[in-house]
Amino acid sequence: MAEPVIHARDLGRRYGGRWALGRVDLDLEPGERLLLMGQNGGGKTTLLRVLSTLVAPSRGVLRIFGLDPAREPNRIRRRLALLSHLPSLYEDLSGPDNLQVVARLLGRPGDPTPWLERVGLEPRPDPVHTYSAGMRKRLSFARLLLKEPDLALIDEPYGQLDPAGHAMVDALLRDMAERGTTVIVASHLVDRACVLCGRALLLHEGLPRWSGPSDRAPRAWSAFHAEAPASGGAA
Amino acid sequence: MRLLLALVRKDLLVGWRGRARLVGLSTYAVTLLLLFSFALGPDSTTLHEHAPAYAWVAILSASTLLLAQSFQQEVEGGALEGLLLLPVSPTAMFYAKALANLLLLLFLALVLLPVSVVLFGLRPAGSPVALAGVLALGGAGLVAPGTLYAALTARVKAQQVLLPVLLFPLVVPPLLAAVKATSLLLEGDPMHQVGTWVGLLATFDVLYWSLCGVLFGRVVEE
Amino acid sequence: MRWVYALGALALAALGTGHAIGLLVAPPDRAMGETVRILYVHVPTAWTAMLAFTVAMVAAVGALWSGRPGWDALLEGSVEVGVVFNGLLLCQGSLWARPTWDAWWTWDPRLTTSAIMMVAFTGVLVLRRLLHPPERRAVASAVATIVSFVDVPVVYLSVKWWNTTHQGFSSVETVDPVMLAPLLTSIAGTTLLGASLLVWRTRIAMAARHREDDAPDLPPTPIPLDLEASR
Repeated sequence: MAEPVIHARDLGRRYGGRWALGRVDLDLEPGERLLLMGQNGGGKTTLLRVLSTLVAPSRGVLRIFGLDPAREPNRIRRRLALLSHLPSLYEDLSGPDNLQVVARLLGRPGDPTPWLERVGLEPRPDPVHTYSAGMRKRLSFARLLLKEPDLALIDEPYGQLDPAGHAMVDALLRDMAERGTTVIVASHLVDRACVLCGRALLLHEGLPRWSGPSDRAPRAWSAFHAEAPASGGAA
Repeated sequence: MRLLLALVRKDLLVGWRGRARLVGLSTYAVTLLLLFSFALGPDSTTLHEHAPAYAWVAILSASTLLLAQSFQQEVEGGALEGLLLLPVSPTAMFYAKALANLLLLLFLALVLLPVSVVLFGLRPAGSPVALAGVLALGGAGLVAPGTLYAALTARVKAQQVLLPVLLFPLVVPPLLAAVKATSLLLEGDPMHQVGTWVGLLATFDVLYWSLCGVLFGRVVEE
Repeated sequence: MRWVYALGALALAALGTGHAIGLLVAPPDRAMGETVRILYVHVPTAWTAMLAFTVAMVAAVGALWSGRPGWDALLEGSVEVGVVFNGLLLCQGSLWARPTWDAWWTWDPRLTTSAIMMVAFTGVLVLRRLLHPPERRAVASAVATIVSFVDVPVVYLSVKWWNTTHQGFSSVETVDPVMLAPLLTSIAGTTLLGASLLVWRTRIAMAARHREDDAPDLPPTPIPLDLEASR
């Protein structure tokens, strides 16, 4: 019997007087793909950061790969990767250099070119601070793929990318699905992303509003928007 | 440990790629030396007597800029978080960063040394190895608390002002000891006092390299 | 917290007695004359400042170890009280130096070390003002306090050695028994004063922290979304 990759009960996180996340229950099996939906500031990023072990939860139970992130964060971190809204890159180094730094720290030095090609980048010696936002996003993706994680946490993969980039993300997500990687994707492009996922969860003001199979996600999304617009004034 | 070397290599690579900044820092330090000379007047005996003091103050001032900058890149782009998730232990991160900063600081010192010799008319009396040793120990004393405090203040907008304010009282002991030891080495040491000062430097270094390494982990966690 | 008022009253009584005896009854020193009377203020102030910073060190370790906001409030209170007494110490030292050596400042190891301590711990207070998230502020100021506190003996030692090239400074090493009574009373009074200020200040810090940080209840479980309601 396979252990769930993520087991969360009543998960919550507060910052001072404000609950950024609360009452989240989640069980994710290996190979499942989950779509996180919600408005900006709705808690998607907070949830991803808590699941990545970067941020400790303020309440609730959390087990990742069966391990407690408060006790054994490093064993968990070895097997997961986070693509956050910050690129996690060294601006003074080139793309290949950035990947090589990561590879060496993972104990797998080697040529980063294949990874660059997978995300549609050329191995150029220019430093990252000359890159466009789209190129930075692609490089961050390469960084995530390089790690070959068992759990991939991806925050807005389509952000800053052009239509060709969107197609690349779709291909990469499909690829990860084939390899059996467990994936959680937070995205505003609900119609596009729901096709690539099996389940979906909608967060509003940190609280779960709806969860279910991803083919019903677009319906839930429009139902959510059709609700009283006054609720958007809070937070 | 291989991890440590990989991290040091990364920090030095970033430093090298950003070498325009290093040139800027060296120029800044040299400018300080020139300013001291102008402020004190052309009487070469005064300058000569206190040359180690001016040189070390210039190094200290330039090093705060170096240290502040060493964490800017890590925090702005989220590179630090990326490292934590690999996973990389914060302790390894500290020692690698401190070592890299020390090497960069020594590079600065090496630039300043011939300039001081020329400007202040120094004639080194002691052995160059001993001088290099004092430079390394003094630099190490500046860099350990400096790296810790640079990380501590990295997210504060007023970092450029806050870091020197926090750092300077801490580094008074290595500053005193380094200036004394340097001038004894350059002027001659009739009473063999260098040993005492080097001992103080070494004690400070051991104390702070261990203490700051332990505390660093708490500083980078969220 | 009525006992704090009682503590403060006791402090003022002790201080009053000690200073009265010191100024009016006790004899002038053989060597230093009337200026020795600053002893009754200077020594207690130094002792209280050091005590406050030691409490700060304990609070800092506690804050890092357990993370409970009470330690952070104690840290804020004790550093602030320490800085105030340290500032007074520097003024007193300066006031004593003027008639004794005809200079407002000397590089006496103790005076110099207290000046450096002042800068270091004022830096901790400035750091606290500039960091807003309460948890990060607590960790940062705890770390800075520990590092600064550990530095104090090293600074003292290095200034002492640095100073041996200058002329030695006379200081009161032995205390005549006649002077002991007012001295001890003043020490007790100043310590109690420091303690009551510390307790008060810590309570203020605790209240401020509560205002910032109090955990409201989790919002209630939201009504599940009704997919059929639209269209």
